[in-house]
Amino acid sequence: MTSIETQVNQPYKYGWVTDIDADTVPAGLNEDVIRMISEKKGEPEFMLDWRLKAFRHWSTMVEPTWANVKYEPIDYQSIAYYSAPKPKKQLTSLDEVDPALLETFEKLGIPISERKRLAGVAVDAVFDSVSVATTFREELDKHGVIFCPFSEAVREHPEIVKKYLGTVVPTNDNFFAALNSAVFTDGSFCYVPKGVRCPLELSTYFRINSAGTGQFERTLIIAEEGAYVSYLEGCSAPMRDENQLHAAVVELVALDNAQIKYSTVQNWYPGDKEGKGGIYNFVTKRGKALKNAKISWTQVETGSAITWKYPSCILQGDNSIGEFYSVAVTNNRQQADTGTKMIHLGKNTRSTIVSKGISAGRSQNTYRGQVKVMKGAENARNYSQCDSMLIGDQCGAHTFPYIDVRNSTTTMEHEASTSKVGEDQIFYCQQRGLSAEDAVSMIVNGFCKEVFRELPMEFAVEAQKLLGISLEGSVG
Amino acid sequence: MIEISNLHASVEGAEILKGINLRVNAGQVHAIMGPNGSGKSTLAQVLAGHPAYDVTEGSVTFEGQDLLDMSPEDRAVGGLFMAFQYPVAIRGITNAYFLRSAVNSLRKSRGEEELDTLDFLDVLDEKLRVIGWDDSLMNRPVNEGFSGGEKKRNEILQLAVLEPKLAILDETDSGLDIDALKIVADAVNKLRTPDNATIVVTHYQRLLNYIQPDFVHVLAGGRIVKSGGKELALELEEKGYDWLTGEPAEAAGVSQ
Repeated sequence: MTSIETQVNQPYKYGWVTDIDADTVPAGLNEDVIRMISEKKGEPEFMLDWRLKAFRHWSTMVEPTWANVKYEPIDYQSIAYYSAPKPKKQLTSLDEVDPALLETFEKLGIPISERKRLAGVAVDAVFDSVSVATTFREELDKHGVIFCPFSEAVREHPEIVKKYLGTVVPTNDNFFAALNSAVFTDGSFCYVPKGVRCPLELSTYFRINSAGTGQFERTLIIAEEGAYVSYLEGCSAPMRDENQLHAAVVELVALDNAQIKYSTVQNWYPGDKEGKGGIYNFVTKRGKALKNAKISWTQVETGSAITWKYPSCILQGDNSIGEFYSVAVTNNRQQADTGTKMIHLGKNTRSTIVSKGISAGRSQNTYRGQVKVMKGAENARNYSQCDSMLIGDQCGAHTFPYIDVRNSTTTMEHEASTSKVGEDQIFYCQQRGLSAEDAVSMIVNGFCKEVFRELPMEFAVEAQKLLGISLEGSVG
Repeated sequence: MIEISNLHASVEGAEILKGINLRVNAGQVHAIMGPNGSGKSTLAQVLAGHPAYDVTEGSVTFEGQDLLDMSPEDRAVGGLFMAFQYPVAIRGITNAYFLRSAVNSLRKSRGEEELDTLDFLDVLDEKLRVIGWDDSLMNRPVNEGFSGGEKKRNEILQLAVLEPKLAILDETDSGLDIDALKIVADAVNKLRTPDNATIVVTHYQRLLNYIQPDFVHVLAGGRIVKSGGKELALELEEKGYDWLTGEPAEAAGVSQ
């Protein structure tokens, strides 16, 4: 039993604070703050107008309360909506990046260096609200792929941004999307031209540093006709006492015959054992697939105090395909209400949902999924599999599947299961020589195999390790 | 090899084992028989270290170590194996993967080099050859969708691969037909060496026709009420347990 106690007392591995001068806008949300943000980012007029429109809309909206999660009311006026490290001058190469910043990235395990390049991964590292050191531009430039911070895209490629921004997640879509649309500071922008298969797996890391700063990142990925891109998002954040809001918006646009694969490994501070602190992850992610296009969401969510997100697919074009593979882990006092929405509009569309929820400690894990087949969606097919696993006696797993079918040629398959990792399974493994932690890890990994298979290889390993770490202390 | 002395154990406050004394030496097979509720499986579980049971008195020395002070996985590292009466299923993990993890966990704890997939398959093939079985169970998820007989066979397969010093078979014969019984018993016999020992917990004498014990002990009311040679099993087959369950605790045997 001593080994379990040691594991339980291990602090959150990534918890520390970087000592950097942050240029923070005072707390509060009003049109002046928004103008300040837009000005600091040097945005063209259309962007400011878009933000203000969103803000005015947000001001009329009511915060939703239907999710199966509980949290203290958020005071939107007490959040500082902008925080950026003060750059000494324009950065043109890695050598010019603030060394303290680079050290931060080293600690997080993302060396912006040649090693990463050799592995074939481009990294756009985001520190708080400003993207730093976008790398490997030249490689991507050769193929005409644009991969840069969102704020840069607004300045350098406004016509593309204007064309697609808000077309998948309109500003009035929901409360948090509207908020994001008003105050987003940065994120990733990726554009892959016709017929191009992006040569590198694109990746982004995030970090929330200053106390009281919500992270509102905005990501837009466009794959033109016949293009392919695989994108990985991984997150980490330091320990804090007050909750920090993360209301991101991710829009994916896959034109005819294009494919976008979006993978997320999320490891934000989940709060302490009593449920104090931790990130609120209220995210809107959606992809639109045109004719013969395919969008796949793969996520491994282990962090955050509260996770509230439904990466979704609008299957607009005929023969389009949407996929959602998810592992959501909750431990101690974490809460999750997550799932997906598959909207079938075109003909012969197909969607696959594989959701694995793992609850431990006193956490609550909810799967909420919607499969909607509209009247004109002939021959739509959906396969859904929702599996819950409970570790211990004090956690909860809930499933709310919504099926809304308006076309009688639809084929739908839905499977659900609930299992428990109990004393007996762990004891069985122990009797064969495995420690309790290894047993839980093995059992859970077996449970999640179908989802891990969909992750880009290098991150499948990280995901498995993450699972082990996030379930520490759940045994005994 | 293992010496159990005045072992008392309870579960949820109820005392099941009321002073067990037993010694098993290397090269021996001991059978533990007894009526339902006598504590046979409890004894097996307590030796394996199941957390639901509390040891309230007594001691167990295994290969010179204090067994009761060891975690279940450390007992396994020390060479103790239990074939479960009700093996659990583990979804998504194949037998091959599970066994390799177990083997490597044991090897690591013993300071030995771990086996990679190919080396492990060689070891596995060798074991299968010794007991004369094929590898049909290996790529299936652990006990998932297995019939009762397959589950018991899987326990013995693991026994073969892990090569323990002391194997405790907890009612391995329950739920098996004659053919399955013979297959299982045959394998157990083939794995016997002068250096290992087996404790066979069983309800019926039938298994003991195939796995011939050196000693038979009758457990009743949480105590060993009689010990003898394999003829004792035949006597029980004929007379049942009633004639023994009235006898006092002094009859508990400590075998040579």
